[in-house]
Amino acid sequence: MTNHWVDIRNANLILSMGGNSAEAHPVGFRWVMEAKEKNDARLISVDPRFTRTGAVSDFHAEIRTGTDIAFLGGLINFLIETDQFHHEYVREYTDASLIVREDFGFDDGLFTGFDAESGSYDTETWHYEHDEDGFARRDETLQHPRCVFQLMRAHFSRYTLDVVQSVCGTPRHKIERVWNMIAETVVPDKTMTILYALGWTQHSIGSQIIRTAAIVQLLLGNMGMLGGGVNALRGHSNIQGLTDLGLLSNLLPGYMQLAGSEEQDYQEYIAERARAPLVPDEVSYWRNYERFHVSLMKAWFGEAATEENDWCYDWLPKLSVNLYDVLHTFERMSQGEVNGYFCQGFNPLAAFPHKEKVTASLSNLKYLVVMDPLSTETAEFWKNRGELHDVDPSEIQTEVFRLPTTCFAEENGTIVNSARWLQWHWGAAPPPGEAKPDVEIIAGLFHRLQAMYREEGGPFPDPILNLTWPYRRPEEPRPEELAREYNGWALEDVYDENQNLICGRGEQVGDFGTLRADGSTACGCWLFAGCWTEDGNQMARRDNSDPYGIGMTLGWAWAWPANRRILYNRAGARPDGTPWAPNKALVWWNGSRWVGADVPDFPVTSPPSAGLGPFIMNQTGRGQLFARERMVEGPFPEHYEPFETPVANNALHPNNPLSKHNPAARVFEQDRENFGTLEEYPYAATTYRLTEHFHYWTMHARLNAIMQPEKFIEIGETLANELGIEKGDRVRVSSKRGHVDAVAVVTKRIRPLQMGDRTIHQIGIPIHWGYLGETKKAQLTNALTPFVGDANTQTPEFKSFLVRVDKL
Amino acid sequence: MTLRVTRRQFFKLGAAGMATSSMAMMGFAPEPAVASIRHFKLTAAKITRNNCTYCSVGCGVLLYSRGDASINNVDDIFHIEGDPDHPVSRGSLCPKGAGLLDFVKSRSRLSHPMVREPGTDEWKRISWPEALDRISRHMKDDRDANFVGQDEQGNTVNHWVTTGFLAASASSNETAYLTHKVVRSLGMLAFDNQARV
Ligand code: SF4
Repeated sequence: MTNHWVDIRNANLILSMGGNSAEAHPVGFRWVMEAKEKNDARLISVDPRFTRTGAVSDFHAEIRTGTDIAFLGGLINFLIETDQFHHEYVREYTDASLIVREDFGFDDGLFTGFDAESGSYDTETWHYEHDEDGFARRDETLQHPRCVFQLMRAHFSRYTLDVVQSVCGTPRHKIERVWNMIAETVVPDKTMTILYALGWTQHSIGSQIIRTAAIVQLLLGNMGMLGGGVNALRGHSNIQGLTDLGLLSNLLPGYMQLAGSEEQDYQEYIAERARAPLVPDEVSYWRNYERFHVSLMKAWFGEAATEENDWCYDWLPKLSVNLYDVLHTFERMSQGEVNGYFCQGFNPLAAFPHKEKVTASLSNLKYLVVMDPLSTETAEFWKNRGELHDVDPSEIQTEVFRLPTTCFAEENGTIVNSARWLQWHWGAAPPPGEAKPDVEIIAGLFHRLQAMYREEGGPFPDPILNLTWPYRRPEEPRPEELAREYNGWALEDVYDENQNLICGRGEQVGDFGTLRADGSTACGCWLFAGCWTEDGNQMARRDNSDPYGIGMTLGWAWAWPANRRILYNRAGARPDGTPWAPNKALVWWNGSRWVGADVPDFPVTSPPSAGLGPFIMNQTGRGQLFARERMVEGPFPEHYEPFETPVANNALHPNNPLSKHNPAARVFEQDRENFGTLEEYPYAATTYRLTEHFHYWTMHARLNAIMQPEKFIEIGETLANELGIEKGDRVRVSSKRGHVDAVAVVTKRIRPLQMGDRTIHQIGIPIHWGYLGETKKAQLTNALTPFVGDANTQTPEFKSFLVRVDKL
Repeated sequence: MTLRVTRRQFFKLGAAGMATSSMAMMGFAPEPAVASIRHFKLTAAKITRNNCTYCSVGCGVLLYSRGDASINNVDDIFHIEGDPDHPVSRGSLCPKGAGLLDFVKSRSRLSHPMVREPGTDEWKRISWPEALDRISRHMKDDRDANFVGQDEQGNTVNHWVTTGFLAASASSNETAYLTHKVVRSLGMLAFDNQARV
């Protein structure tokens, strides 16, 4: 979230799209109700299903799954053409005025540089035009035909009401109503917040849906504002923390990146990331990349990391492909290219698409290690469960280890919620039997490997032999020690530019500004610097006072970065440093510094007259309407159909087969053959969660099993009538890849969509229930889902695919 | 935002068909009623602050456990409820959080390391040292056989991609940090967590 849970109460309009927070984030959703009750806010729900969020909304609009870019692209066109965008904000705080290269273009669904053979783009032209000093050219009047504003306007001009209706299937009057309600928040004293979740990410165009939302919020001046923002309501309790700590194939802690195999030179690696401003004098905070990187290397490799060896640059693995994401890894596993796999608190058999492929892949492993507090389907993938999971154990040669771990109630530590709050918790009881904390298991494996490399040798043992291990009991590192390490400390006295001592040797650093690129500081995650300072554990703070009465409890826990609760909050004030509106005051310039209810997201002594842009992480200092080369399928979002779609072609490019689906998506050969056709599988399906269950975990909790005991699917009344299905009937839902049997819930909540002369039906399929635990046994929903991901992140397309439904 | 009701209204509401106990869980209890329940049922409990580890709202929870720290005594959690001081949840829990105790105490909780030998159809209990010895042996053998120092173009890559690791999004930052540190020191790249799923 750019903003935070309690801040939702400051919104005047809440757009819930790509999420159903009433059901999936119920307690957070109480702040939506608070906004409605106390702030006279209105709630809009746009969803394929009439959900519990829809049920308490002021307005609900149904939409075909996977068409959100069309809906929001139409909104962008509407806001521009009816002149309902925030002129001053757009001019001053976004890159609207920057001029794009002359050779950049877009034609029939494809941006310049597309190579059909490899299915990828050469992004050379996706850049601003530079002047002699390397800065982007600008036109503050926004009239230049190649300024970002005019290009954006032309790009979205195709998204007319008629086109949007024909793509989304939403009735015209509903689209217009939603657009009008949203446009009302263009005034400075009204803000809209956007709440989304996996309903936006789990598409082959997921990242671009979110980009479209960000453009809308920039046009309306809602970023950095109280009650504004683009708010990802993340799925799991610490998925934010794991992302922040970089537990992804290509990342390092704090959103730093591993080098690609071509990046053999350390200085070039740093220069590529420590990017200089593209507009004169802007902050471009990533300029400090090397400080964060060297501090990380010092935290991991200690004395072994020196300037002479480029701080152990070659000790980190380099990437031969962009991502070794889970789809890529399971594809390789299915080809027999992976021998070992660890699942730490993760149940891929249930959680990854195309379960049959996942089963076959796991069967190719030599060894599988599952670390979990609970019994999972993955750990028992070799067990025959009849028609629920039909395998032959004697043919599966995988050696499987299942290691019992503690759960949250049995250990100390932090988790990071959606609002970026690091909250410390304490264990209350020992785990069952011999279960151990994950940290001890990792330590146990690591020490054994270290001993083997010491005794037997082996390829490149240096990082293993030299990894720092500054823990009092090496076999049981304590969470407190690990938290102090990712906060970071000074290895030498650290001075500021005026030679004042700011952090003594051995002291915890107070913030990431203290970190140095000369090896004098160690820090495991620069973004978390400040969470455990010389004043102790800031994440354990419990002062819930709210001095400004706007829900800003800065003394409760600790938020990254720097305990800031609303990102980009400088944009919440006018260019002259005064709040946009009295009821939206958040941070402001008091004549000598930035002050207010939040920690300013800005150099605190930089006066408004200096004119620095508020988006200090960007090279332009501005919100990016134009993504440049940062998105693989283009600098502007474009609607592409899901890989399994209930329509014959992409209404925006009916004659170009290359732009029917996301042109830059990665599809493996075998998976392309496993896509179903509209003729065989005529209905659009989407998966979702229920309020009573959390994925496959609560199948094991009795109370939740009692509340929702049995697998069901949702089907609209019209279609059910056509198929002769009555409520309570057992049905089989099938895709090209598999089937699940479930009870049919026949409902008014899913309406058929009228698109031209066609009627499109959608089926709702909860992801829950499996064949372990306390609930009634069922097949896993991911037997159905397609093996294709978002082109940028490779998040699987769980939200849009094709099925058929048969009565059993 | 907690509903303020008197004790009398509270029981009336209860009589109107909504179970009072679940109302208390949802944070709709009048203070005196809650106070009296706590006083009698939970006076001997140790209260520990924690957070719900289902969704990302991060509601505050209080774990009530018994056990006096004496040598033959094992602490046991017997009740979990919302933390009223928490600025987001203010004592509330949703139906998922309200069932947390049944997760902690689930019959599916694992208690001992197990192994399933190739081609067999059963779990076999093993000791921790044996489990960790065998797993680390597999890792060493696979890394030794498949570690890539230089790729075909002669670039130094120092990676190991024939063993992969999925990390858990409900584990703590501290677990995640140590996991990352160790995984990268081995040169692993096929490393991910639920953020991509
Ligand atoms: S109690 Fe419910 S809303 Fe709160 S963190 Fe747990 S799952 Fe999320």
